[in-house]
Amino acid sequence: MISVEHLTKRYGPHTAVDGVSFRCEAGTVTGFLGPNGAGKSTTMRMICGLTPPTGGAATVDGVPYRRLPNPGRRVGVLLDASAQHPGRTGRETLSLAAQVMGVDRGRVDALLDLVGLDAKAGRKRVRQYSLGMRQRLGLAHALLGDPRVLILDEPANGLDPEGIFWMRTVLRDFADRGGTVLLSSHLLREVEAVADRLVVIGGGRVVADGSKEELLAGSGVRVRGLDPEKLELALAEAGVAATRTPDGALVAQADAETVGRTAAAAGLVLLELRPADGAGLEQLFLELTANGAAR
Amino acid sequence: MNTATVEAPVRTPTHVEVGRPSIGRLTLVELRKMTDTRAGFWLLALTALGYAALVTVVLFAADPPDRTFYGFFQITLLPSGVLLPVIGILAVTGEWTQRGALTTFTLVPERERVAAAKLLAGVVLAAASVVAGLFFAALGNLAGIAFADGDGSWQLTVGALGSAALFQVVNITMGVAFGMLLMNSPLAIVLYFLLPTVWSVLTSLVGALKTPAQWLDLSVTSMPLTENAMAGSDWAKLAASVGLWVVVPLAAGLVRLLRREVS
Repeated sequence: MISVEHLTKRYGPHTAVDGVSFRCEAGTVTGFLGPNGAGKSTTMRMICGLTPPTGGAATVDGVPYRRLPNPGRRVGVLLDASAQHPGRTGRETLSLAAQVMGVDRGRVDALLDLVGLDAKAGRKRVRQYSLGMRQRLGLAHALLGDPRVLILDEPANGLDPEGIFWMRTVLRDFADRGGTVLLSSHLLREVEAVADRLVVIGGGRVVADGSKEELLAGSGVRVRGLDPEKLELALAEAGVAATRTPDGALVAQADAETVGRTAAAAGLVLLELRPADGAGLEQLFLELTANGAAR
Repeated sequence: MNTATVEAPVRTPTHVEVGRPSIGRLTLVELRKMTDTRAGFWLLALTALGYAALVTVVLFAADPPDRTFYGFFQITLLPSGVLLPVIGILAVTGEWTQRGALTTFTLVPERERVAAAKLLAGVVLAAASVVAGLFFAALGNLAGIAFADGDGSWQLTVGALGSAALFQVVNITMGVAFGMLLMNSPLAIVLYFLLPTVWSVLTSLVGALKTPAQWLDLSVTSMPLTENAMAGSDWAKLAASVGLWVVVPLAAGLVRLLRREVS
């Protein structure tokens, strides 16, 4: 469980993180979404005690990170896959961490195997690793201490589609066994498939926080008419808020029946009418973060 | 890569309370980090080469009466005195220039314990360098007896050994302190060698600095350590210069290390 309360970080006049609060419960995957520079990484570094907050506090399993006696055994952290000494081999990197945490050496090979780095890759220096391999090594590093909580910053960066699918499986599996996962991304699609909850941050503030279903439900229906202008006008007259999508459709904040009846009453031909899916959430994501940034 | 292999290493997250890593374990980890990179390996290899080269020089170039166990041992203090501090510097600056700090401080958030482990690892390395020096000195002395008509005396007092060990500990600790304060490998290495030299040159040029130099020039005050000739005010002078060149940068470096944001 991760609890974040009113975390704030100011650098001089610039406020990078502004009163961020949210909770990650055991057994769930929380997607931490926001555009680049929204304050995701700074928030995660504050949770892990690497950046002192200007205000607020964060705890992991009820304890501030810096007070955890052996944090690697409780929390698996991957904040930057490139932050490893390039002169060490992948295997040596894990072995050092295993020694610090007091983890059985056998786990090093088991985890290299789990993340798909074979013996040959393990003997290579990290300098020679691609970003995707570094992410795999980083995930192995995070899982090494057999933690209950995972904090991952943009773990899908540099992974190929197969790697992304594999990582989702690992994270879903971890949460289904009672683990807590917080993972960030600037791409909605990346976390949509695996997250139970979404926390959206923009301009250093939380602009949306809820279950994926809640946030999806709020995104309305997608409707496309033969004559988009007249349809938009008809909806506006009926008091239904609607926004245009780039492909000429509308996302209306009402149920399908209301939209259908409105169109029928105006004698308009509909080509498409269905619940807005990811595109709607994407729209929401863009709007929310844009609003957050403008505030 | 399939779900079947996921089962074994990722166990059901259960809570096992595990104590914090002991300072001894952290010291071992830091020692390993000092030696498992190419830079660390080559610095140690270079030190060993330096031992062998200088022992050979003494074997052929020194006067036969100087070819004693202690004579050979003294010369080994030179390469380690120069190169060990560089290992000490890199042990700290590497965390920042190679970005290992993110991992290090995520696993051990109590940064002062990491700092203590690095200092202790430096002491262990200094002790190991003295043992290696004794080994090379013994080889040199044996060769001197056999081929070079050396004096061949095996005499080595506890005081001489202790002074030599202290000399190495002071040097590598100064390296760690400079690394901690400057947090940048090239800058720390350059200033580590440049500042004391500039200070020595200054004091030899400016008459008014002559007395302070006797107290605050570490290269002068630590000289008697390598010759086992500490006497009278030498200890006080050594303490004063260690205060300036080791304790002050170490204290300031610790403050910086504890406060710096890791990103």
